[in-house]
Amino acid sequence: MTETLIDGLYREGEPIADTKAPDVPVPEMWTKRKFDAALVNPANRRKLDVIVVGTGLAGASAGATLGEAGYNVKSFCYQDSPRRAHSIAAQGGINAAKNYKDDGDSVYRLFYDTEKGGDYRSRETNTYRLAEVSAGIIDQCVAQGVPFAREYGGLLDNRSFGGVQVSRTFYARGQTGQQLLIGAYQALERQVAAGTVQMFSRHEMLELVVVDGRARGIIARDLVSGEIETHLADAVVLASGGYGNVFFLSTNAMGSNVTAAWRAHRKGAYFANPCYTQIHPTCIPQSGEHQSKLTLMSESLRNDGRIWVPKKAEDCDKDPRQIPQEDRDYYLERIYPAFGNLVPRDIASRQAKNMCDEGRGVGPEVDGVRRGVYLDFASAIERMGEDAVRAKYGNLFEMYEQITGENPYQVPMRIYPAVHYTMGGLWVDYDLESTIPGLFVAGEANFSDHGANRLGASALMQGLADGYFVLPNTIRDYLAKGPFDKLAEDHPDVQDARRAVAERVEKFLSINGTRSVDSYHKELGKIMWEKCGMERTDAGLREAIEEIRALRQDFWSNLRVLGTAEGLNQSLEKAGRVADFLELGELMCIDALHRRESCGGHFRAESQTEDGEALRHDDEFAYVAAWEWGGDGGTPVLHKEDLTFTAIELKQRSYK
Amino acid sequence: MKLALSIWRQDGPRAKGRMVRYDIDGVSEDSSFLEMLDMLNEQLISEGEEPVAFDSDCREGICGMCGVVVNGSAHGPERTTTCQLHMRSFKDGDEIVIEPWRADPFPVIKDLVVDRSAFDRIIQAGGYISVNTGAAPDAHSVPVPKENADRAFMAAECIGCGACVAACPNGSASLFMGAKITHLGELPQGQPERDSRVLAMTEQHDHEGFGGCTNLGECTRACPKGIPLNVISQMNGDFRRAGYGY
Amino acid sequence: MAASGLFFIAFLLLHMYGNLMILSGREAFDEYAHHLRTFGGPMIPEKGALWVMRIGLIVALVAHVASAVVLWRRAGGARSTRYQVTRATYGNFYVRAMRWGGLALLAFVIFHLMHFTWQTVTIGEAHASPAARVIDSFSHWWGVGIYALAMIFLGLHLLHGIWGAAMTLGLNTSLDRAETIRLTSIVVTTLIVVGFLVPPFAILFGLVK
Repeated sequence: MTETLIDGLYREGEPIADTKAPDVPVPEMWTKRKFDAALVNPANRRKLDVIVVGTGLAGASAGATLGEAGYNVKSFCYQDSPRRAHSIAAQGGINAAKNYKDDGDSVYRLFYDTEKGGDYRSRETNTYRLAEVSAGIIDQCVAQGVPFAREYGGLLDNRSFGGVQVSRTFYARGQTGQQLLIGAYQALERQVAAGTVQMFSRHEMLELVVVDGRARGIIARDLVSGEIETHLADAVVLASGGYGNVFFLSTNAMGSNVTAAWRAHRKGAYFANPCYTQIHPTCIPQSGEHQSKLTLMSESLRNDGRIWVPKKAEDCDKDPRQIPQEDRDYYLERIYPAFGNLVPRDIASRQAKNMCDEGRGVGPEVDGVRRGVYLDFASAIERMGEDAVRAKYGNLFEMYEQITGENPYQVPMRIYPAVHYTMGGLWVDYDLESTIPGLFVAGEANFSDHGANRLGASALMQGLADGYFVLPNTIRDYLAKGPFDKLAEDHPDVQDARRAVAERVEKFLSINGTRSVDSYHKELGKIMWEKCGMERTDAGLREAIEEIRALRQDFWSNLRVLGTAEGLNQSLEKAGRVADFLELGELMCIDALHRRESCGGHFRAESQTEDGEALRHDDEFAYVAAWEWGGDGGTPVLHKEDLTFTAIELKQRSYK
Repeated sequence: MKLALSIWRQDGPRAKGRMVRYDIDGVSEDSSFLEMLDMLNEQLISEGEEPVAFDSDCREGICGMCGVVVNGSAHGPERTTTCQLHMRSFKDGDEIVIEPWRADPFPVIKDLVVDRSAFDRIIQAGGYISVNTGAAPDAHSVPVPKENADRAFMAAECIGCGACVAACPNGSASLFMGAKITHLGELPQGQPERDSRVLAMTEQHDHEGFGGCTNLGECTRACPKGIPLNVISQMNGDFRRAGYGY
Repeated sequence: MAASGLFFIAFLLLHMYGNLMILSGREAFDEYAHHLRTFGGPMIPEKGALWVMRIGLIVALVAHVASAVVLWRRAGGARSTRYQVTRATYGNFYVRAMRWGGLALLAFVIFHLMHFTWQTVTIGEAHASPAARVIDSFSHWWGVGIYALAMIFLGLHLLHGIWGAAMTLGLNTSLDRAETIRLTSIVVTTLIVVGFLVPPFAILFGLVK
C-alpha cells in the first residue's frame, strides 16, 4: 500500500483480481467451474449451517435452494414476512435468452447487451454466466406457478424492453417482481415447513461475526422483543439489496438499507464501485417536503409520451394546456433527433435535471426549484385514440392519478428522475465470495454483473440467477472444507461483535439531542442528490464530503431517539441505518471523485464530449474500484481490479 | 389542512391499549396518509413523546406491509392500500380514527403494528408447488390456456396485507387463502397437489383461529387488489372435491 | 349450512305449491291436506310420508342451527377486541339478516307450528277443516300482517342464503357466474315470497271464500 494520501481522501493499495474463474474461454467457464467446485456429501449437508440475510429474489431463492439441498439454513429479514422484500416492486419484466421469438437472441447477445449497457465496466465472466443461466430461471419460475403473461396459444409472451432490439423480456402485467418474489417466497416457505429453513422475520442483522478471518455468523436484533441475538454458521450469504436510500428519496422501500453490507465492509469486505447509481427518468415528482419516497412509472411510457418543458421560464406555472406548441421545448427530440424520447435512462434523466436547473421545470416548487418535466400524451391520444392509450397504459395512468390527483388523459403527466438501483455493492469473485472467506454476496448487494449501468429487466434476472443457480453451486466449494470448528457463543470475537452492537444501540438512545433520525436522513439525501446524483463535479463532490462529515458529527452528538431498546422501536432501527448511510455516502463521493470519467450512471461534468455526451476513459478507468475500510477516522484504501475483455470488444456509445 | 386524530396506542404485545387524541395542522392534501403519520411522528418526537409505530415498506401499494383501519374501513375510504391513500380523500377539520387490524390471529405488537405471521404459516401448510431448483422442464413444455393463466394471475395479485381479515365481520382469512388456492389450482403445474393443498391450508387457517366465511363479501370490498369473492367459492368447491372425492 | 339450507328451499317450494291449492277452493285444499297424510298408502302407513318429511326437516334444522352457532362462535373468537368505530355496511346488514333474522324465522316457525299444526294458537275461530282455518286466519289483517312480516325476513334470509349456498358449493367461479347466481337468488326468493303471500292476500281481499 502506498503511504501517500491521494486528494487528501484515500490511499491506493495492491490490485485485486478474481481467482475463481477457471482458465478456459469465457463460454466454457461456468460448466468448468461447476465441475471443479467440490461436492458436499448429502449426509454432511445437514451438519452445515448457512445464514442468508435478506429474502428478496436473491435471498429467498438462495435460501430455498440451499434448504432443498439439505443444508441448515437460517433466513433473516427485517420485514414482517419474507414476501415483502422490495424485489416485489419491480414492474417491467425479467430477461432471459430463450429466443422464443426466434428474433436472433442468444446467450451471447444477452451477454453483449448487458456488458454494453453497463458501459464496459462489469466483469465479463460474471456477465456471461448471468446470460447463460437466464433461461433456466424462466423454466424454474413457470414450474413454481409464476403466472407469466401468455398468448392465446398458451405459450409465454415476450416483449422488447429498455430499447433492446429483441423480445426477450418475460412479464406478468406490471407486477413481474411481485410474481417472481411470491414464487421464491413459496419455495422458501415450503422449506420452512420441511424444517430445512428457519425463518427469522422482523430481525435485522447489525454485525458480522468474523473469527480467524472467516465469516462465521451474524449478530441480529429481534425487532419485536429488542433482544440482541447471536447466530453462528459455517457460511454467511448477504442478499440484502441495494443502497439507493442513501438519497432518502428513491424508489426503494422505506426500510431498504445498507447496514448488512456496510457492517461486512467494516469487517473487511471490499465495497466496489459505490458511485454507480441508476437514476430512472420516469418517476412521479416530489410534491412537497412531506414526501417520503418516490414512485416509479414504467419506462414504457416514453414509447408514446412526448417530453417537454416551456421555452420560457415565466410559463412554468401556467396550465400546460394553455401553452401553445411554439412555446414548448420538446428538448429530447430537439437534442437527439434519432432517438428522441427513447434515449437511454441516464441521458433522459440528466437532460430533465438540466432543464429544471435552467429554471424551466414545472410543478410545485420544493426548496425554490420546480423539479418536473411534462410527459404529454395529447398527441398519442390524437393518433391512437383515448381507448388505445387506456388499453396500453391504463394502470399506470390510474396510479399517477391516485398519487397526484391529476387526470393524465387531460393534463400532461409530470415526471422527474429518481434513484432506482445501485450497481455498486460488495466486491465478489466469480464464486460470489467477498474478500472475507465464507461471506457470499448475492443480488443487488453485490457489484458484479451490471457494470456502470443496468439494462432494464436485468435486476430480477440477476437476483434469481445468483440465488437459484450460481450461489448454490459455488458455495459448496467453500462448504466442502467444513464443517468448521464449532464456535461457542462466548468466543471473544463473538462477544466483541455482540458488545459492539449493544453499545451502539445504547449510544443512539443516550445522545438525547434535538433532531430526529429522519431529519438527518433527509439532509444527507439532499447532499447526495445535488452533488453525487445525476451529474457530478470535482468541486461538488469535495463539498459533499465536507458536508457529510459535518452532518455525521452532528448526528452523533445531536440525535434524538425516544423510547427504549426493549421492544419495537422504529426510530432506533432507522438510526442504525442512517448512521451507516452517513458513512457510505462519503465513500460514494470519494469513489465518484476518483473516477474522473463518465460511464453509465456516473456522469462527471469534466468528462464529456463537445456535445455534452458521457466520455469514458478506458485507458485509465477500465477497472473495478474495490474499497477497503480504512478504520474509523482513517482513510479508505482503493484496490483496483483490472477489467479484461476477451469475449467482447470495447466500444464508445453514441445515441446521436 | 387541520385534523383531529384518534390513534390506538399500545406499548407492547401484552400492554393494555387506549385511544389517544392528537391534533395536527399544516397537512398537505398531496401527502399520503402515511406521510401524514410521518409528520405527526416528527411533531411527537419534537415534543418528547414516542412516535406512533406503524408498518410500511414499499409505499407503492405492492408489498402489503402497511395497513390500518381508518374510520372503520380497512385501508381507509378508498379501495387501495393505506400507503396509496392520499389526504385529498379527507377534508379540513376531519376527525380520523385510526386502529390496527383487529383479529385474534393478528395480535398487536405495538400501536398500529400487528403480527401477521399466521399468513406465512398458512402458506407453509401447502401454498406452493413442490418443485426443487433445477428440476424444471422447459417453460414451453406445458402450454397454459390464456383464460386459466389470466385467472391465475388475477388471484396471484394478492399482496397478503390482511385487509380481508380486518374487514371481515367473522375475522376470516378465506379470501387470502382462496386467492392462493385459485392461483395454483388454475395452472396445470398446480394439479398434483391441488387436493392436499386445500385440505392442509384450510386446516391451518382454522387452527390459527380465523373465523369461518359467511360469504358476505366485505373482504373483496376492502381488498386493495380487488381479488373477487369467487376465489372463496373455488376454494369451497376444491375442498369438497378433495374431501368427498367428487 | 348450504345442504340444509337447500333442503329447506326444496321444502318451501313444495309447501308453497300446496298453499296455492287454496286458490282452487276449500275442497281442493282439504283434499290436498288429507292426501299429505295418506301419501304413498297403503304401502306406507298413514302419516308415514309426513313423518319422514318432518324428521328430515328436524335434522336439517339442527344442522343449520348448529353450523350457525359454530360460525358465530368462531367469529367471536377471531375478534375478541372490537373496533372502536364500525361502519353500518352492507356486510353487517346481512350478518344481522342471517343471524338475528334467522332467530326471528325460528321464532316464526314455532309460532307457525303452534298455529296450524298443534293448533294451540288460533286466529279467528277453531275449525276442523284445514281450509277453514286458513281462510279464517287470513281474513284478519293482523293475521296476514304477521305472516307478511315473516316473509320479509324469509326473503332477506333467502337472498343471501341462496348466494351463500352457491358460494359454499363452489358454483361461483367467475364474474359471469356470480351474476347468474345473484340473479337466481333474486328469482327464487321472489318466487317463494310472492308464492307464499298470494294466498293470504287473496283471502284478505275476499278473492277466496
